[in-house]
Amino acid sequence: MNNLPLILKREFIARVRNRTFVVMTFLSPLIFVGMILLISWLATINSSDVKQVAVVDETGSFFEILKSSEEVNFLNYTDYKLEQAKDSVRSKELYGLLYIPGNTANSKLEESVQFYADESPNISVIRNIEKSIATKITNQNFKEQGLDIHKIEEARARVNIQIENFSGEKTSKMSTYIKMIFGGAAGYFLMMFIIIYGNMVMRSVIEEKSNRIIEIIISSVKPMQLMLGKILGTSFAGILQFFIWVLLGGILLTVITSIFGVNAQPPSMDAAEAMAGANQEQIQLILNDILKLPLLTLVVSFLIYFIGGYFLYSAIYAAIGAAVDSETDSQQFMLPVILPLMLGIYVGFFSVIENPHGTISTIFSMIPLTSPIVMLMRIPFGVPWWEVAISMLLLIASIVLVIWFAGKIYRIGILMYGKKPTYKELFKWLKY
Amino acid sequence: MTNLLEVKNVSKHFGSFTALDSVSLSVPEGSIFGLLGPNGAGKTTLIRIINQITMPDEGEVFLGQEKLHPLHIKDIGYLPEERGLYKSMKVGEQALYLAQLKGLSKQEAKERLKYWFDKFEISHWWGKKIQELSKGMAQKVQFIVTVLHQPKLLIFDEPFSGFDPVNANIIKDEILKLKEEGATIIFSTHRMESVEELCDHIALINKSKKLVEGKLSDVKRSHKGNIFEVGVLFDDQDRRLQELKQKFVVTDANFKTIDEQLKIKVTLEDNASPNDLLAYLTANGRVLRFNEVIPTVNEIFIKTVSENE
Repeated sequence: MNNLPLILKREFIARVRNRTFVVMTFLSPLIFVGMILLISWLATINSSDVKQVAVVDETGSFFEILKSSEEVNFLNYTDYKLEQAKDSVRSKELYGLLYIPGNTANSKLEESVQFYADESPNISVIRNIEKSIATKITNQNFKEQGLDIHKIEEARARVNIQIENFSGEKTSKMSTYIKMIFGGAAGYFLMMFIIIYGNMVMRSVIEEKSNRIIEIIISSVKPMQLMLGKILGTSFAGILQFFIWVLLGGILLTVITSIFGVNAQPPSMDAAEAMAGANQEQIQLILNDILKLPLLTLVVSFLIYFIGGYFLYSAIYAAIGAAVDSETDSQQFMLPVILPLMLGIYVGFFSVIENPHGTISTIFSMIPLTSPIVMLMRIPFGVPWWEVAISMLLLIASIVLVIWFAGKIYRIGILMYGKKPTYKELFKWLKY
Repeated sequence: MTNLLEVKNVSKHFGSFTALDSVSLSVPEGSIFGLLGPNGAGKTTLIRIINQITMPDEGEVFLGQEKLHPLHIKDIGYLPEERGLYKSMKVGEQALYLAQLKGLSKQEAKERLKYWFDKFEISHWWGKKIQELSKGMAQKVQFIVTVLHQPKLLIFDEPFSGFDPVNANIIKDEILKLKEEGATIIFSTHRMESVEELCDHIALINKSKKLVEGKLSDVKRSHKGNIFEVGVLFDDQDRRLQELKQKFVVTDANFKTIDEQLKIKVTLEDNASPNDLLAYLTANGRVLRFNEVIPTVNEIFIKTVSENE
């Protein structure tokens, strides 16, 4: 009798009807969009707060080159004496006071400009001031040496290496970043999915145990079928939830950005644009890069590693749920689940990005517990097919093994009540 | 009478612990079979093996002459002692789900559920969640789910726990009706009075071994001594008691009466006829009570288990 579809359907409906699930499905995108709005709003206040900087310029030649911007507004206090200016700045609660002493040779001026402020001043403000003054002094130095500034400007070279691969296609420097973003997002997404929905599988096993319905169910259904039905039903619910999140989040973001005109693009895109200099040609190159990624390979391997990794871990979660009586008892068994996941993410973000084909990356993309995450991060950088094949074979073999083990623990555990099992007892159950 | 269920030399070990030690049972078709035993004797393990929840280490189980097979699931209805339902699922949906797991089609399950819900007058529970029902109410739903697919073999583990006397009686009547309709019922309980009332066969398991099995009347016959309970009025009670004590083995008896009389228990030799005793009594006094002492299931249970210690 094949009851798998029935169980799957019940589990799916039970998950989806759960009030917390419904609330989280619709609330999470709101919270997410709210956070983005909050961050961009905070960023606007931050920059709208123009810093008032008083300037006592005894040389008389520097104030004009200090350009007021959205961030800083320079006020000319040169008419005051330094002490007077200090008092005045303090009483008016200005941001700070810039003092450029006169009667000093250019060479000494480099070291004698001072900035007075109550709080330690913003680094970027100071750096801008330093840059302006330095440019002015440099230009004066050139003039004293009798050099023509315009000629120097003309002579300055700007190098921009054009990267091409051997088949003659141009790539932007962004291609590495794009690969990192693709791999990183996939790996991170997988980890989140495993933690959220693996926990859900575990909770639903514990629920059946504490409801004591388990013996009724198990007299009509094979434990293995029940476990697989649970894992599948929960993952369908999970996929539905993620889909709604993406859809709702996308719609909300579009609506809100168009209403408020807030630049609420994800930061990674901002960074990408900034690095590319928002140059039309560069963007074209980035698009080319994305299109040139082995998209089919990426999608297929993502699906395989995603499903494989999820199955591997949720079988472990189901076994843990069967072994314990309550969620609090499950803590002692959580470490072996969380540890490899974290390891996968760390190896991915540190080792793979540094050296996608180094020993550490290669090894961790073979170990089944970390391979789904690490290999997903490596694949955009191009991995030989046989490495992927070995890693997938290992993964599939260990899924079969783990589901078999989990099924054993599950079969015994769901009918055991009252005591918290130890690892030793779990091992004994395998032999029953 | 053919046997619906045959358990042959079944053993089950959990690590070094033996839960069942070469247990054999024959459950005749159409009987109500009482499976008795103290806590931890191995009853639940045996029931789980019959339900294919656990597999025996040794031995075999036959249902209707066939070796137990996964398809037999739909021939068995099991009401476990530890029972519950999904708390946040609606009664109707839940009953439908469990019925479908037993192999009923949705349509069939719906029709039969309607019949049972009407019969128990609980149709208005259909859309309620289990957590809104009381324990006894949930038990009723569980009973329905157990019998819904009309299995040949029904296994009830403490079916009356959680029911008030009125509802327990309703359930008892339903169990008897199911028997009349041809179902075979295995009945595991600690309530000996319901065993007396319902069962026609019993088996007693203690410490993983079967100690007693057979027709209830046969078991009682083999456990009875040649003992009679007597209530009699004599003119001269003390002298007559002395006389009786010389002729027979006499002990005090305790039963309730409305007037003063001599209450004794007389143990006769194995093949002696009670007629001699009765002749002596009728010749000398007025006999108000004379009956053979038949051990209750409770007494057999306690005696057998303590002898086995």
